[in-house]
Amino acid sequence: MKQILKILGVLLAIFAVWIGLLEASVVSQSYVWLLPVYLVLSLGCYGLLMVGIGLMFFPTCPQEAQLLQKEILEAKEFLSSKGVDMGSD
Amino acid sequence: MEKKNKYSIIIPTYNERLNIAIVIYLIFKYLREFDFEIIIVDDGSPDGTQDIIQQLRQVYGEERILLRARPKKLGLGTAYCHGLRYASGDFVVIMDADLSHHPKYLPSFIRKQIETGASIVTGTRYVKNGGVHGWNLLRKLTSRGANVLAQTLLWPGVSDLTGSFRLYKKSVLEDIISSVVSKGYVFQMEMIVRATRKGYHIEEVPITFVDRVFGSSKLGGSEIVEYLKGLIYLLLTT
Repeated sequence: MKQILKILGVLLAIFAVWIGLLEASVVSQSYVWLLPVYLVLSLGCYGLLMVGIGLMFFPTCPQEAQLLQKEILEAKEFLSSKGVDMGSD
Repeated sequence: MEKKNKYSIIIPTYNERLNIAIVIYLIFKYLREFDFEIIIVDDGSPDGTQDIIQQLRQVYGEERILLRARPKKLGLGTAYCHGLRYASGDFVVIMDADLSHHPKYLPSFIRKQIETGASIVTGTRYVKNGGVHGWNLLRKLTSRGANVLAQTLLWPGVSDLTGSFRLYKKSVLEDIISSVVSKGYVFQMEMIVRATRKGYHIEEVPITFVDRVFGSSKLGGSEIVEYLKGLIYLLLTT
């Protein structure tokens, strides 16, 4: 099944539950009418939260850059000694 | 006795004279105990990339490093197809030539594949022991935003969609690559999403990503538009 159909399926299921709640009127109607607004808001919050968390704990590796610099020198030295032209480009 | 696997490492290049020499040196340094070949697909670099490859072949052996050049810049996706035609390994590794992918992670890809029997092992920057160096706040923000969007909409099953440091079973790569149409770095995303949809066993290993040491990496408005177009395309077709 195409991904878009899966997502539409999820939305449809949520819509059906919502209509069910509206019809059954177990909870106050005014609450039920606002549920889609809450859904959109919470989805937005989820997105912002995930980006925020991702940014806060963004894994960085400055030590890797230093190690790489060392290995670049090592490679240049070795390859130059083997007669490979390692002049700067 | 267990048959020893052979690994074909395909690296597309364009003007990577210095970088490719260092990458090849590092591959030989870290993969001593494995049977492998390196296939360089050079798109007619004017900077002498092909000359330096020939010199490296003299140092490391002509059968270990293959140069399969193309006359001009023809794109990343077709570069892998081109390289794949000459690959004699059971497994294929694809990686970038610009030193952002460090060959020291190759043994962990191989070990992970052997332990799990996975069809694909993909490097991920966004887990413990992984990481990125050299990105400013805006670059990190775009990357996280793009990732959250893709995770929410595509359910791809992997944490790093646009990473391009991966190990494939050769037959699996041949199968997937034939159905991929995207170009640029949406290509990498489409590859892994299609693999997930086809039900291939995918494993992840942490990698670090040091952004271009020589030269600068590019991420502009047009890349973001391309990414969003790719996302919609994958929503509709996978």
